[in-house]
Amino acid sequence: MKLGVLFSGGKDSVYACRRALEKNEVACLITLVSENPDSYMFHTPNIRHSEMQAEALGIPYLSWPTPGEKEAELADLQAAVAAARDRFGLQGIVTGAIESVYQAARVQRICRSLDLWCFNPLWQINQVDYLRLLLSEGFRVIVSGVFAYPFDESWLGAELDEEHILALERLQKRYGIHPSGEGGELETFVLDGPIFKKRIDILSSSKSYADFRGHFVIEKLQLVDKMKQLVDK
Amino acid sequence: MILLLDLCYEKDSLSQYEFVYPIADTLTRSGFSSEIRHFTELNEIEWERYDRIILCGTALKDNDYAERMELFSWILNSKKPILGICAGMQVISAVFGGKILPQPSIGLENISIIRDSNLLGRQREIEGYHLHNFGVTLPEGFLLLAGRLDRVEAFRHPQRLIYGIVFHPEVRNRWIIEQFARLPPLLDPSSA
Repeated sequence: MKLGVLFSGGKDSVYACRRALEKNEVACLITLVSENPDSYMFHTPNIRHSEMQAEALGIPYLSWPTPGEKEAELADLQAAVAAARDRFGLQGIVTGAIESVYQAARVQRICRSLDLWCFNPLWQINQVDYLRLLLSEGFRVIVSGVFAYPFDESWLGAELDEEHILALERLQKRYGIHPSGEGGELETFVLDGPIFKKRIDILSSSKSYADFRGHFVIEKLQLVDKMKQLVDK
Repeated sequence: MILLLDLCYEKDSLSQYEFVYPIADTLTRSGFSSEIRHFTELNEIEWERYDRIILCGTALKDNDYAERMELFSWILNSKKPILGICAGMQVISAVFGGKILPQPSIGLENISIIRDSNLLGRQREIEGYHLHNFGVTLPEGFLLLAGRLDRVEAFRHPQRLIYGIVFHPEVRNRWIIEQFARLPPLLDPSSA
């Protein structure tokens, strides 16, 4: 089955892509580029770099602009999915939804209206187990945005490791946050992993942070050929 | 040991993560063991290993199981507790003479539990996640536990511990799966 993955470049869409690649052909990645930083549906920090991530993964890429207004952006998503279906001959769509019934139900309706299969391979996964799975499989994930109390500035740009997972577990128990950020508490960006043909190195970045909201903005990055690196070693 | 019967379009499909693993995870976290088998492997199943059976759901576009209904006639004579979820409920309904009919619904909706039962508890309203293109009619003699006759949300066999629910309990209602796993197997049918 030829599938398209709704792709933000964050850990959930990347890992959904990994699971789709294990079972099916991923014909393209589809990115909605929202002009609204508080988009209801679409991850925004560093979204402009998702094209480079697609190149690192070696998968064709389709980006689609959206003003990012609530509900109107659903029409943009539908248009993007329809365009991808027609251009790549897709039979189905893959999302990284974990718990968001809001997000999952809307994508399901769009797929039904376009006669496409819909797959959510992370649906209802235990979030802490999932974070450890990402680490154990060699994904390199950084925190690219925080949007909730009590996340401080130190989280911005931090690479996910066991220490951060333990901290997220504690925050889940104390404040009820979603450890994987499904409630919009944090956003991530993936630099490398077993499905990446090239690795992403960040050359320059900046941070903005105030009142438990902040962005880690990647300003310059480069792709590094992993095979070449191995040969050089 | 609980048998999770995967009704998805092929063995080890991408849909398995969405419709079967969350049920297995729910059971594991509440202390119950389970094993997953695909519905096309029925001939290889050692039935005596399992004390109850859950027929899991499928993706919206996935109706392959409905083309292979002859594979499910064993349900008619099974003495084990069986829970059918969404597609699994359709299978149970069809096996007992009910009909599968178009009735699309996606998203959270209020579910009216209209009859007390050991599976769903007391009569009340709950919120459940729908993901289906088809609903069912109530097979003759079956008891309506939730919903209406023209929109069946949950039913059970009049004597045996055979249940069907059209909404997905793995989303926000995991207690239903745990409750099914805990039902005493030799329950007096009149109190079920």
